[in-house]
Amino acid sequence: MTQLMSEDGIRCDGRRVDQLRNISIRVGVLNNADGSAYIEFGKNKILAGVFGPRDVHPKHMANQDTGILRCRYHMSPFSVTERKNPAPSRREIEISKVLKEALQPALILKDFPRTVTDVFVEVLQADGGSRCAALDAAAVALADTGIPMRDLVSACAAGKVADRIVLDVNNEEDQEGQADMPVAIMPNSGKVTLMQLDGILTSEEYKTCLQTAIGGCRQVYEIQRRALIERYFESGVQ
Amino acid sequence: MESVIIDKLKRDKILDLLKQGKRLDGRALDEQRPLIIETGVIPKANGSARVKLGNTEVITGVKIQPDKPFPDLGDKGILICTAEILPLADPHVEPGPPSEDVIELARVVDRGIRETEMIDLHQLVLIENKSVVGIFIDSSVIDSDGNLFDACSYASVSAVLSSTIPKYDIKDEAPVLVEGVTSKPPVKTLPVSVTMARIDDYIIVDPTKDEEACMDARITITTNSAGNICALQKGGGDGFSVDQLFKCSEMALSVGTKIRKKLEQLM
Repeated sequence: MTQLMSEDGIRCDGRRVDQLRNISIRVGVLNNADGSAYIEFGKNKILAGVFGPRDVHPKHMANQDTGILRCRYHMSPFSVTERKNPAPSRREIEISKVLKEALQPALILKDFPRTVTDVFVEVLQADGGSRCAALDAAAVALADTGIPMRDLVSACAAGKVADRIVLDVNNEEDQEGQADMPVAIMPNSGKVTLMQLDGILTSEEYKTCLQTAIGGCRQVYEIQRRALIERYFESGVQ
Repeated sequence: MESVIIDKLKRDKILDLLKQGKRLDGRALDEQRPLIIETGVIPKANGSARVKLGNTEVITGVKIQPDKPFPDLGDKGILICTAEILPLADPHVEPGPPSEDVIELARVVDRGIRETEMIDLHQLVLIENKSVVGIFIDSSVIDSDGNLFDACSYASVSAVLSSTIPKYDIKDEAPVLVEGVTSKPPVKTLPVSVTMARIDDYIIVDPTKDEEACMDARITITTNSAGNICALQKGGGDGFSVDQLFKCSEMALSVGTKIRKKLEQLM
């Protein structure tokens, strides 16, 4: 078993308890998608592509009153240590659903009845916290399409490792730690749009963990914003 | 698809009542529907329960049999928890592969039992890395009126509590059933899941199907006997404020205490 934390509070990958992994985001990386983004979040490497609002197929899924959002989170067979069967697993289907529900509050789908907006996320390499990283990339890719949004969505996990609340749980800490709590917020409204937890926390730890994760989301938001500004104001492309 | 006009009328009525602190069925905001638990309903299973939470009804069966451990978990027995909504339970459910809603239901119920460490899986090892006891908990929703998460969770926990584990001897490195000898499952704590819905700024416990049709967001929180929070899942197309999330955790603990008393009677 890996030692997850040294005596002076340094984690197995050299971070402090309140430190994020390195994050970089690039916007507009795909030609055919209406919006796209690529994120590196620690060792996670994730691509997000968005199409729409566009016609709904199959047609019976169309809604007269509002546009719909679909989301597919998928891991490449080579993204993890043991080859992953390429067919969507139950875990991926559940994550697709929670990602969709995390992004939906930021969109104004009522303005686009009878359309669908498709968000495709491909995890090329996974390293713990991939659902949060995927969500960060998907939100930026949605913004890149130019579809009206109320807010961005920024995600980050917190957890409990060696009896301490830590920010941004990595793969080893997720496997062997005591709790993992992925959280996403809309940074301007402060609303929490994704939240899950597995692991045992006291009421106090629950509150600290949630606040820690939200602090991480706010740091991620700055990186997302900078990536969008770089794409649209500084690179000279549009 | 249910008519939007009905949903809007229902939503208006439900909101109107909430402003007065009331609900369509007369319950308080933090009040669950009556919970009826009956165990031992399927004698061929190693444990079983039929749970009614208001008009939502679930049957859970537990099957216990020797199995190979997961390759990286050779010192632990196997725990698998599934859930399905039978087509006879709801006019909107069709036979076929499980929808994402059903997959979420099964995974949230499983997470509640797994993460609270309800069952001491280390005690289910027959031969380390070779042979362990597997506990399979399968829930079927047979009548649906909202809050399937809690109904399936209570039914699963009740079925486990009512179950007996057969005894296996080891002969030539293989498990052999010993007839007539059983033991109780090694239960360490009682997980209780509490699902809440947010409609506008109101948080209500144990939403019915009508209330779910007009909720903004949903949260399921599972607590253990020691009062810790062990599993959580937010759902629905909108979010919660941080204050609401704190309130929800407190509600999950206080409502959970009452349910846990009921489950303790099965031990």
